Amino acid sequence: MTAISSQAPTAAQGEPLVVLDHVEKWYGDLHVLQDINLSIKRGEVVVVIGPSGSGKSTLCRTINRLETIGSGTITLDGQALPQEGKALAGLRAEVGMVFQSFNLFAHKTILENVMLGPVKVRKSSKADAEKRATELLDRVGLAKHAPKYPSQLSGGQQQRVAIARALAMEPKVMLFDEPTSALDPEMIKEVLDVMVDLAKQGMTMVVVTHEMGFARTAADRVVFMADGQIVEEGTPEEFFTHAKSERARDFLGHILKH
Amino acid sequence: MDFLTNGHNAYLESFFYTLMLFLVSGVLSLVLGTILVACRVGPVAVLRVAGGWYVTIVRSTPLVVVFALFQFAAPMLGIRFGWVQIHIGTVDFTSFFAVAVVALTLYTSTFVCEALRSGINSVPLGQAEAARAIGLTFGGTMSQVILPQAFRASVPPLASVLIALIKNTSVAYIFGVGEAVAQMRIMTNNYASERVPIFLTFAAGYIVIVFVVSFFANHLEKHWRTA
Repeated sequence: MTAISSQAPTAAQGEPLVVLDHVEKWYGDLHVLQDINLSIKRGEVVVVIGPSGSGKSTLCRTINRLETIGSGTITLDGQALPQEGKALAGLRAEVGMVFQSFNLFAHKTILENVMLGPVKVRKSSKADAEKRATELLDRVGLAKHAPKYPSQLSGGQQQRVAIARALAMEPKVMLFDEPTSALDPEMIKEVLDVMVDLAKQGMTMVVVTHEMGFARTAADRVVFMADGQIVEEGTPEEFFTHAKSERARDFLGHILKH
Repeated sequence: MDFLTNGHNAYLESFFYTLMLFLVSGVLSLVLGTILVACRVGPVAVLRVAGGWYVTIVRSTPLVVVFALFQFAAPMLGIRFGWVQIHIGTVDFTSFFAVAVVALTLYTSTFVCEALRSGINSVPLGQAEAARAIGLTFGGTMSQVILPQAFRASVPPLASVLIALIKNTSVAYIFGVGEAVAQMRIMTNNYASERVPIFLTFAAGYIVIVFVVSFFANHLEKHWRTA
């Protein structure tokens, strides 16, 4: 952390980009995040796994402050997350987010979905935004669907559009909150392929997922959460073959059996 | 049917007046209702509370009382509309018209607010989260993502609110506005033997206006169903 000064807003490769320091969160009596310390380096792909209710989605959502935290600090590129208002909106523009339920804007076409952020937040010209949006849609293989509405697309297609929409903001980091959990099995691959490509191109990614295949191929680090705590973390190789904690071995035993 | 052959201009003029009352207060109610709903669902606690109280109080007050307030009480507080002097053909729009517009707008905007709020509640939370996630502010989230969808979901209840407004314009008759019902009263006095056709003819006038509004509402609903 000390390596980043406020004069250098962009972290160099390998330096921490997102840092969670002693983060705590309560929902009433439920301690959903317990002393979370996590540092994500620029260009790193971190996969967060764990049983449902372990707090992994909540963790992901705190990074762009869709969830507030009780105590602790979260910094992005050396800057603490703003509380609210314009500064917070500005921060969110730097953090791409992909949701489990896609959340494409239902009243806008695919192209308009991807263009909205650049035009309204970045103040790009319509022509530039459209050119860039078309490139991104092409990259996720959906350029020919540009004039359609979200409801006319399959789940997998919608999720790829959602990824393009997030990329259009040229974010520093991409958050994926269970991006394939709402998809039919045959659509999961098309979304994961896009994500693997993104990882290869050096995007910093935090991925909450149950896709162990993705974790093995694309992750630099696997973080295992249970009951609001980070139980252990390590490379995919270490984690999947020699999990240290009983809790993680138990979890892996359950999901890898099939 | 002497009342029509001798007085069809009076009939049409009176409905022109009703229509103007409806259009002007309708547009203003939609604007004010949108502002109110932004207050009610917005992030500023003071505005949320103020918006809630405004809706509760104004919506609970009979329209006649709101009219009376602006016709008889407001001038005592220095709120006057004597400066309104607009003449279209032989129809005059003066302070009576202005008072009616103000009363109808303040009253109807509360119903518009609640119709829109039901629409906003029907927009999934994920839409707002996605809007915030790409960096839109509260204003941007509302204007670009939530309200356009809320308007769509609000079309049926909004149509009901506007239809009620059309008929509520008749309250203005009590306060000296020469709209359709005022004209109907004049005609029932002048052509006492033709009361039944007079009532039916004036009812028909309202039905035609309501029909046009319903037609547009249905059209909008169908048009937006695909998106």
